[in-house]
Amino acid sequence: MPYIPHTTAEQQEMLAALGMTQIADLFVDIAENLRLKQPLNLPAPLAEHELVRYMRQIAKKNINLDDYVSFLGAGAYDHIIPAVITHLTSRGEFLTAYTPYQAEISQGVLQAIFEFQTLIANLTNMEVANASMYDGATALAEAALMACNVTGRHKVAAAANLDPDWLEVLSTYLENQDIEVIKIGYHPITGLIDQAALSTTLNQELACMLVGQPNFFGGLEDVEPIARWIKAGGGLLVMAVDPISLGILKAPGEYGADIAVGDAGCLGNPTSFGGPSVGFFAVNGSKLVRKMPGRIVGQTTDKNGKIGYVLTLQTREQHIRREKATSNICTNQALNALAATIYLALLGKQGVKQVAYQCVQKTAYMRSQLLDAGFRVRFTAPVFKEFVLQADLDWDKVNDYLLEHGFLGGFPLKYVDVQLADSVLIAVTEARTKAEIDQFVELLRRCR
Amino acid sequence: MDVKSGLMYTKDHEWVKEVSDNVVRIGITDFAQDQLGDVVFVELPELNTRVNKGEAFSVVESVKAASDVYSPVTGTIVAVNTELEENPELINESPYDRGWIVEVKLDELDFSDLMTAKEYESYLKEV
Repeated sequence: MPYIPHTTAEQQEMLAALGMTQIADLFVDIAENLRLKQPLNLPAPLAEHELVRYMRQIAKKNINLDDYVSFLGAGAYDHIIPAVITHLTSRGEFLTAYTPYQAEISQGVLQAIFEFQTLIANLTNMEVANASMYDGATALAEAALMACNVTGRHKVAAAANLDPDWLEVLSTYLENQDIEVIKIGYHPITGLIDQAALSTTLNQELACMLVGQPNFFGGLEDVEPIARWIKAGGGLLVMAVDPISLGILKAPGEYGADIAVGDAGCLGNPTSFGGPSVGFFAVNGSKLVRKMPGRIVGQTTDKNGKIGYVLTLQTREQHIRREKATSNICTNQALNALAATIYLALLGKQGVKQVAYQCVQKTAYMRSQLLDAGFRVRFTAPVFKEFVLQADLDWDKVNDYLLEHGFLGGFPLKYVDVQLADSVLIAVTEARTKAEIDQFVELLRRCR
Repeated sequence: MDVKSGLMYTKDHEWVKEVSDNVVRIGITDFAQDQLGDVVFVELPELNTRVNKGEAFSVVESVKAASDVYSPVTGTIVAVNTELEENPELINESPYDRGWIVEVKLDELDFSDLMTAKEYESYLKEV
């Protein structure tokens, strides 16, 4: 849509239609003493080239992943983004943030969303995926709401080792809905969900159990007994998964998950400042589809028998079902979902598997190098692409030192739990090289 | 619009039919199905769940709306028309017969709030 400011003549025309003479007349209802009388206190306007130079100078203050080597994760990861993704997502036909209004006019966008749904359903081994959510955190919260809606229960259990930001979003979503969140603690040695805590928690009243695979510490959970436990009480199993990990790990569908959610930002989307990201949401069971939040694109045929795409099952949605809808999301993260779609289509089954395999291998290498260097790992559980390192160091100072040498260090866990003040969460993706890992280990060794 | 005699009706356009002692069958009226348009899905309650008068126990979803079905009585659900799972269009085709939704065993026999066919017919003229 072009940006065309209205002319003085047009302004006069509109004012005349309203029976007014000047724009100030529009504000007569605002008390005189509350109105701003002088212009806003802003610097003088800049010419285009001046503005560009100014903005570039500001942008230089940012630390970016082109110039720095990142071992930072905790939800946003430096995975390789093939150049073709940005090229395609920048096309005018696709460059829209949401599901377009009059969605069916934009067949190309709907087809891309349909393919996103198909890829997510395949990856998670679930029956139906929606058009995407805002991010992993909101997808998780919506899953809890949906589980309550489906079961008619008002309590949800959540693993305490889920991403703390996600848990915070969860409580923001639930606290005014009369839904209680019961945190299931993790084992101090393994970092995994404490199976003993499960057996002492009453499962009969729970709408669902929310499990991260891997958990926030990168650890891989033993999901099967958790699944049995929640299902025995009639609750749903909700799994929050790293989509890249599904290249080598068992998919939520194979664990019997009822709802699978996660953050697909790691699929072809830049980390930026931690967003915008894109969440995914998939369910098993036709009964659950009717309660699923968000938009769903369906494939159909037109009157001439040609394939076409439509928004489907819209009666679930808030604009039709009003206050009875599971969710008030009436859109999706179309552009980010598109990037994820291109990423998955480009890499294919083998590609995703390779990325996942490299994450595991490089993380294992880093872990062993650090152990050799005399560091300790905080938790004993096997990990995917992240692990917790423990040492009596001030990790903020260590990170400052690393930054001077061109490295982004891990996430100091003191920010989420005082018990873990001596620990840091380190991520190693397929983007890291052996040389980078060796250099990083050497820098950490010097900090001791 | 077809209003079947011998049934009892609510202002929310549900019908109630006594099928045996203390058990009633419930569905939505011809007027209701006509207003909804093509029904594509019926969300059915579980057997043996409790229903209270005035509370929603089912959702009838058409191409243009998802509408709650309110219970005209208080009791326990003793039968569910599972045929609607596969053939929700029975609500359109046969609202008073094959399109019934549930049967409820009543806590007490009280039909005082319900309308007769005649009363419902004149009620329809007002709406």
